[in-house]
Amino acid sequence: MAEPARIPESGRPERVTNGNDAPRKDAASSNAASFKRELTAVIPHLRAFARGLCGRPDLADDLVQETLLKAWAAQDRFEPGTSMRAWTFVILRNAYLTDMRRNRFRADYDEVVAERILVAPAGQEAPLHLSDMHRALLTLPPERREALLLVGAGGFSYEEAAQICQCAVGTIKSRVGRARAALAQMIESGQLPRRSGNDVAHDAIMAELDASVQSGA
Amino acid sequence: MKSLDAPHRPGAKSTKPEWAEGLKRLYDSVVEEPLPDSFARLLDQLDDDQHG
Repeated sequence: MAEPARIPESGRPERVTNGNDAPRKDAASSNAASFKRELTAVIPHLRAFARGLCGRPDLADDLVQETLLKAWAAQDRFEPGTSMRAWTFVILRNAYLTDMRRNRFRADYDEVVAERILVAPAGQEAPLHLSDMHRALLTLPPERREALLLVGAGGFSYEEAAQICQCAVGTIKSRVGRARAALAQMIESGQLPRRSGNDVAHDAIMAELDASVQSGA
Repeated sequence: MKSLDAPHRPGAKSTKPEWAEGLKRLYDSVVEEPLPDSFARLLDQLDDDQHG
């Protein structure tokens, strides 16, 4: 899986050589450097996943920061050679669910911010406004939304998405299918949720989440 | 999954629906945003705390 190396030079403390010429006893520090490099490379994806999940860019970035802290603390549990993106998505997802349970994201979706941030890049023909897309996405129950984000946007396979969400492959397929059907119905019929009516969507999301928490899902 | 290369025609069921493309673009638009420096600073700080 190719990870974009989109790291601003200003944000980079020093070149990491990944220890190609380092003595073997430095393998640990080489691994640490490689861990940091890989973690840095997935940040744009974490931001995209987080924003898809929680809607607001500022809260999404808070969630990414939280994820980076947790990932760093757990770096001994990361197996080199496996997907850093999948590993960190699990951490982000768990952090998101925990925050949701604490009501951190309740009724916090900021339509104005989303409208501004999610506008399509200039010169690109957008068949529909990204803000419309995002609004529709946010009306989906969280587990369907995350499944669709992982498979439909993040490019994960059903198997990878199932591992990230810690559920069966069939469950992911079913969630993606239902999410797709709901979005297709909403968008192709022009029945997008009203821009001022997202409280309803949030209530629905929270109700569903509460139900899934109580059932131990 | 239908062909990703099919030309977009609104309402054409035989092509990838526009919302699917929108979903991907929604995600990619965030991936392609310039990364705030705060993230690199956080990792540098964690790195320093660990090794310093």
